[in-house]
Amino acid sequence: MISSDPKKVQRICFDNIEVENMHKLEVAKKHGAYAFLPTVLNEFDTDRIIDEVKTSGLRGRGGAGFPTGLKWSFVPRNTGKPTYLLCNADEGEPGTFKDRDIMRFNPHLLIEGMIMAGFALGVKDAYIYVRGEFLHEYNVMCEAINEAYAANLLGENILGTGFSMNLLMHRGAGAYVCGEETALIESLEGKSGRPRFKPPFPAVEGFYACPTVVNNVETISTIPAILEHGGAWHAAIGKPNNTGCKIFSVSGHVNKPGNYEVPMGTSLRTLVEDFCGGLQHGTVPKVIIPGGSSTPWLLGEHYDVPLTYDDIMKAGSFLGSGAIIILDETADVVAVTRRLAHFYAHESCGQCTPCREGTGWVERILNRVDAGEGTQADIKVLKDASAHMAGRTICALAEGAAASVLSMLKHFPEEVEAKLAEKSS
Amino acid sequence: MSASEMPKFSEERLAEIDALVKRYPSAKSALMPVLYMAQQDFGYLSMDTQQMVADVLQLRLMEVREVVTFYTMFKEQPHGKYLLEVCTNASCMLNGADELYAHMKEYLGIGPGEITEDGLFSIAEVECAGACAGAPVVQVNNIYHEKATAESMEALITKVRAGEAI
Repeated sequence: MISSDPKKVQRICFDNIEVENMHKLEVAKKHGAYAFLPTVLNEFDTDRIIDEVKTSGLRGRGGAGFPTGLKWSFVPRNTGKPTYLLCNADEGEPGTFKDRDIMRFNPHLLIEGMIMAGFALGVKDAYIYVRGEFLHEYNVMCEAINEAYAANLLGENILGTGFSMNLLMHRGAGAYVCGEETALIESLEGKSGRPRFKPPFPAVEGFYACPTVVNNVETISTIPAILEHGGAWHAAIGKPNNTGCKIFSVSGHVNKPGNYEVPMGTSLRTLVEDFCGGLQHGTVPKVIIPGGSSTPWLLGEHYDVPLTYDDIMKAGSFLGSGAIIILDETADVVAVTRRLAHFYAHESCGQCTPCREGTGWVERILNRVDAGEGTQADIKVLKDASAHMAGRTICALAEGAAASVLSMLKHFPEEVEAKLAEKSS
Repeated sequence: MSASEMPKFSEERLAEIDALVKRYPSAKSALMPVLYMAQQDFGYLSMDTQQMVADVLQLRLMEVREVVTFYTMFKEQPHGKYLLEVCTNASCMLNGADELYAHMKEYLGIGPGEITEDGLFSIAEVECAGACAGAPVVQVNNIYHEKATAESMEALITKVRAGEAI
């Protein structure tokens, strides 16, 4: 669902998102796609590109917010092994749907970013791992990649510059955990997607034990603008340490849900009121899930929070992937938590006991509570289980699973109590 | 099942697989795309089909089994010609997905894992489809139908039953 901006704001990834047929190479080229690529391939080198990306302040848009230039600088050089570039297009965090729009409406932006990032890292083979459900987006991307090969933008000796790189689309098959970068690597190796212990980090030992960079779609799609306009240009947008623009996927109880790219630091209220047409009911959200379902809840009092990594963290949560789920006054927070608990129990890969067992316990108890059959003892176990899941597992899935439960218990104890009371009434 | 009835990829498919395997550092990486091909060609992944995939990629059956059973989009059971997958995760739930799913089950007279008598439909509840602006979302054979309603889904079902394109 594409949502045009009602106001003129700086945009980067969505700059040409409304252009008709932008997915076609011919149209994309008319709007500047690949225009700066020869300059990068001919005049830039690894150090200069990494420096520009570091200067830009770009932080990973997939959820963790790790500085992209720094991530790239960790890749060891001259190891004698190939370096791989993997694009994470698994986009499974409930509430997130931004990468989908880049892929289906402006695939060449992502491809150009992959070529530039691949060139910087000395990559011969790059892959885009897209969630299996995105069949349409997969097909659009494949067609765009074919066009790029035919135009010598991919493959051998790209545009006569001596740089060669292959790019292949690879479909996942419905496992949320594969959005975690080491699970994604496992999956791309043809295995079940179980996250790996870190260290070693993928930059040193990733895909088939070779140096590997995994970057999100939005991150990669920001690279062409950074290299063309310079890192300093990007750093001047947004806020210090939270530079550039960010696509926010807003859904739930808003009148115009959609993807909106705005400069970092825009307030949540501005985003919801001016761009998303306001709330379906009431004037202030009951719950704000600011960065995808795995992030702790914010409340109405945080409605004016500036949308930056640092400000959201100060408020007690995470910006995550920029997936904002709004619950208005009509929401049943216990039912929503119960539904999210089902999700995490279903998606736990099962290798760590606290997650495998904990998500199951949490789901079963919440099913009881939401059905009006819960007891005080259930609440005690719920608190215990949630508190003991986080920080005791290989990946962050369990922590994400606990976030909504702990938020519900902390902020809405009376609503939980009311469900328990249903039993005796 | 006799040997002659064992599933077998066409020559074109085998050539396609050969080319695909070369795109990865190891043939095992081609397992998921090849499973998709098998699912497309044979409808679902029977044990015989999984064995065939293992043979083609020179993997052990257990390596294939591990992957097939881990990922929800690989189907070990046959389903209707049209698989209706209703997202009921948070944003869809907030916009009526539970009611829609209940209605569709009742309208079709089937539950998850079942097939309508005419062989046309199966239904399933799925996790976040990543299209929350279009909540509630129903995937029909992985084609997204956004802001789905009881009426729009009934209309789609009626069209399919009348043999019309959707």
